[in-house]
Amino acid sequence: MPDVQAQVNDFVVKLRKRKIEGSKTTAKQTAELLRSVISQQRVPHTNQAGGYIQAINAIGEQLIAANPVELAVGNVVRRVLHIIREEDLSLTTATIGGLSVSAASDEEDDLEKDDHPVLSAAAVAAASRSTLRPPSLQTLLEDVPHSAAVPHTYSSGGDSEGKSKSTDKNSRSRKLKHNIIETVNELIQDITTCHEQIAEQAVEHIHQNEVILTLGSSRTVIEFLCAAKEKKRSFRVFVAEGAPRYQGHVLAKELVARGLQTTVITDSAVFAMISRVNMVIVGAHAVMANGGVIAPVGLNMVALAAQRHAVPFVVLAGIHKLCPLYPHNPEVLLNELKSPAELLDFGEFSDCMDFGTGSGSPLLHVVNPAFDYVPPKLVSLFITDTGGHNPSYMYRLIADYYSADDLVIKRRPTS
Amino acid sequence: MVAKKGGHRDEAEEDLARDPLQAILLADSFAQKFRPITLERPKVLLPIVNVPMIDYTLAWLESAGVEEVFVFCCAHVKQVTEYLETTKWLSQPNFKVSTIESHNCVSAGDALRLIYEKNVIRGDFILISGDTVSNMSLTEALQEHKERRKKDSNAVMTMIVKQSKPSPVTHQSRLGTDELIMATDPDTKQLLYYEDKADHLKGISLDKSMLSESASVSLYNDKQDCYIDICSQEVLILFNDNFDYQHIRRHFLKGLLQDDIMGCKIFTYEICSSYAARIDNYRSYDAISKDIIQRWTYPLVPDVQFFKNSATKLERQGMYRASEIGQSRSAQIGPCTVIGNGTTIGNRTAISNSVVGEGCSIGSNVTIEGCYIWHNVTVEDGCKLKHAIVCDGVILKAGAVLEPGVVLSFKVVIGEQFVVPAYSKVSLLRQPVNQDSDEELEYADDSVGVADNLPMANGALTNDLAELDVCATSEVGTNGAGFIWSINEAVLEEEWRHSVAPIPADKLAAIMQSANGDPELLTHDDNILPPSGELEPESMTNDSDTEDANDEEATYFEKEVEATFLRAVEEDVRNDHVILEVNSLRLSYNMTALDCAGALFYSVMKLALDMQHNTTSELFANVAKVMAKWKTLLKSYLLTIDEEIEVIMKFEDMCMGSGKEYAPLFEQILHLLYDKEIIQEEAVLNWASEKEEAEESDKVFVKKCESFIRWLNEASEEEDEASEEEDE
Repeated sequence: MPDVQAQVNDFVVKLRKRKIEGSKTTAKQTAELLRSVISQQRVPHTNQAGGYIQAINAIGEQLIAANPVELAVGNVVRRVLHIIREEDLSLTTATIGGLSVSAASDEEDDLEKDDHPVLSAAAVAAASRSTLRPPSLQTLLEDVPHSAAVPHTYSSGGDSEGKSKSTDKNSRSRKLKHNIIETVNELIQDITTCHEQIAEQAVEHIHQNEVILTLGSSRTVIEFLCAAKEKKRSFRVFVAEGAPRYQGHVLAKELVARGLQTTVITDSAVFAMISRVNMVIVGAHAVMANGGVIAPVGLNMVALAAQRHAVPFVVLAGIHKLCPLYPHNPEVLLNELKSPAELLDFGEFSDCMDFGTGSGSPLLHVVNPAFDYVPPKLVSLFITDTGGHNPSYMYRLIADYYSADDLVIKRRPTS
Repeated sequence: MVAKKGGHRDEAEEDLARDPLQAILLADSFAQKFRPITLERPKVLLPIVNVPMIDYTLAWLESAGVEEVFVFCCAHVKQVTEYLETTKWLSQPNFKVSTIESHNCVSAGDALRLIYEKNVIRGDFILISGDTVSNMSLTEALQEHKERRKKDSNAVMTMIVKQSKPSPVTHQSRLGTDELIMATDPDTKQLLYYEDKADHLKGISLDKSMLSESASVSLYNDKQDCYIDICSQEVLILFNDNFDYQHIRRHFLKGLLQDDIMGCKIFTYEICSSYAARIDNYRSYDAISKDIIQRWTYPLVPDVQFFKNSATKLERQGMYRASEIGQSRSAQIGPCTVIGNGTTIGNRTAISNSVVGEGCSIGSNVTIEGCYIWHNVTVEDGCKLKHAIVCDGVILKAGAVLEPGVVLSFKVVIGEQFVVPAYSKVSLLRQPVNQDSDEELEYADDSVGVADNLPMANGALTNDLAELDVCATSEVGTNGAGFIWSINEAVLEEEWRHSVAPIPADKLAAIMQSANGDPELLTHDDNILPPSGELEPESMTNDSDTEDANDEEATYFEKEVEATFLRAVEEDVRNDHVILEVNSLRLSYNMTALDCAGALFYSVMKLALDMQHNTTSELFANVAKVMAKWKTLLKSYLLTIDEEIEVIMKFEDMCMGSGKEYAPLFEQILHLLYDKEIIQEEAVLNWASEKEEAEESDKVFVKKCESFIRWLNEASEEEDEASEEEDE
């Protein structure tokens, strides 16, 4: 356990210091961290899923707070929570009508009463219901505060009680853990292979002799374009350089290395060139529940230009970028302002920032936002690892991948 | 080190890679610039944008890949160690922080010698002071340093510099330090010359050998020293061997550059896109706070929780607000402002360009502009704060006013409606009486004494408070608590240079005039005076049509003469030499002796004017002093009556133009000149009679000294009579 805590702290520090860049690496590392948390987490036998959920919730909260701008962290945390719920559900439905259920519920009732003599009957009922019926997610969540209040009692008394428990129960708990880890592994696998999954669809979208425009650099976009190239499609790419980080230059280099016709243009030339473009293909930082996109700065302008000339605006996004929150949500931090040093040289402008002379208030402000928000109506198509989707379809995907109860990850103010 | 040199390359490399990177953090500045605040709390724990300075330094060291840090504490040891313990710095994974305590170190040199004795540094280390804010990446600089070391074991130190233009007017960097003049070899980046206390009038002198040793030399004045040094172990040995080294820059660096000790070399590394700066004085406190708010130090900015700072959200126009604040609807929070957690702000209060700490309560109708308000401060209704630093626990009673540059130390109470005068420093502690005037000890911080006394005195301090209240009431208003520290005269003059407040406009104008404004001043004269038609002696003597050209010539000539004269004052040049120089100037500009007299007189009077004075009587004393000193020089140009008249007219012009302050003193000074036998009565009388025909406006000064002239007339008549009598 202290081992996990150290890992978590380490990761939190890295996130805080903005040492991890890119949503894919962040997502993958988060998933791996959560996997090790689950594998080492000791949970009460009675409400296993609740125990896991509580543990993940607590860690997830720390991780999200560490870098609220990187939405992928929250997405993965929610995905893992969803996985736990799903696995628990499938196990419960499988063993329903099984032998140990009544015993388990009895024991649980006793336990609950011992620990909380003043606990309301409703809560007890809810707790027993959770094992009898396919657990509604709501009741699972209601359990969280109970178990939060009594972790040590469980861990101390857990062993002795565990022995008295039926072997069936033990095997069930092991099975749940095993299943969860299996599915989390799948999730990690999904995240790692999302580029290939997306790239596979490239030939369906890029046609012979087309002109593609992109801005900045995205690993997904590179793979996508190269996949089309490998399938013997010949097309041309316009790369807008993506000031102030100029990652478009990196992209152009890579494309040329792979033998693609590439033209580098400035960001400000996008509108002039858009009329010759057949399709805009860009990466994203995150996709919101309404189908809006948080993307590297400058993309909204590209999207507007594309709309003006009726050029399809295609966004490539791994499924880990799909965020179940809406952009108007107060928890969502849409943007981060980076250092002005990316825009201009401090030394050169230091005389503009001499506060000793003049009024003492800074006259020069440099604003360097990292992201843009592209509203859903400007996006023609999302290509995720599961295929192409309309912006208006995003909320359906979200229902598939996330539980509604996990949308807000905040420690309840019980303790 | 020897082993490394002897070993194989690859092995040595591995060795270097395996050695954990160490750093020495000096948690004591060995300076008194932040007094009186530092009497009660060490400088490194003072908050900048609501986070103690040492957190910035440690957070940077951690992110730069340093694995082991030795925090050297001297003043207020207890507070520093306690802070490090409570904030968990001492128990970070992969980042070992340990403290080295001392009670009798008075300088950085002593500290390094002590660390050398402890024998804890095993390889290259970073030497940094605990008040440095940076986000630079060390990898490249470290790499360069190590590569150089492999080639040349004498490359003992790499210092980090950054481009930053000094103000052309004040010759001061934006951080409030003096302009740094630095020479490096452009190819090797070796540091050849370092001067942070250059005298702008004298200029700098470089050693000739510098040029013989390196093919080219680049001279910079737009570099800022970041005070981050990558040192090898030899640095500690050097400090140990040269026990008189105290200051890292003033003694160690300059010592190495000048004395060539064992051929040790220092190199520079310039950072471009990243940020590094040291908080040296109040001015840099202000500048760096603003840089942090403007995100130059990203990711060490308020809305990123780099270490234990509370969650803050960045809003429009660079306004940072913590999650839990109470802000009245009618309160206005302007741009570039940080509001800490748990602070409440009352109705119609305006805050701009300021930092407000945690748990403060700010009343209604308060104006806060460019201030740094630390934690738990109470500001009652109607206060006005401008460019001030307000420490923890201060209470400003209703209607109190802080003028620019004020520093209120911990727990001071300012009474109702009290106006704290500009640049004053208020503390609950009395100013130490025995100020060390000794140059050597100036930076050698008497924190020794303070450190010894204060922690123990803390208990007593609170007891004394009641007592203090009684005696302090008068100093900071009714019901106030605190002493206004008296500032000695010499410092007062310089106070505005280092305060948080911007340099006042009148000071700026004054420096502008004295520094590079002289040509302006003179051309100004030209523009104003020619209409009167009497200033330009050459326009009368030289009957040329090319008056404009002459005017210009005359201006240059006067400037040159003045420069010569000033140099003479500065360097104590002998009179003969000055005369020689002025004569050669006269020849080269084709001027007359008349011009020389005028120009020289002008220079002398200007010198008196530039000397410090507050009242006219002081000015007069200045003039008397200067005249006494340079009488012989002036005399040597005042050979005939004409020249003396010229001097008077020049003086008259001065009074009307550049030296208006002399106007009320005209008669007195004329009398003085007469007494000192610089001018004779004949000259005065001739001048008076010459003026008789002049226009009314020209006769102002003649009228002023009517009584003097009358007295002269009478005296000469008497004399005549007396001589007649004698004749008889």
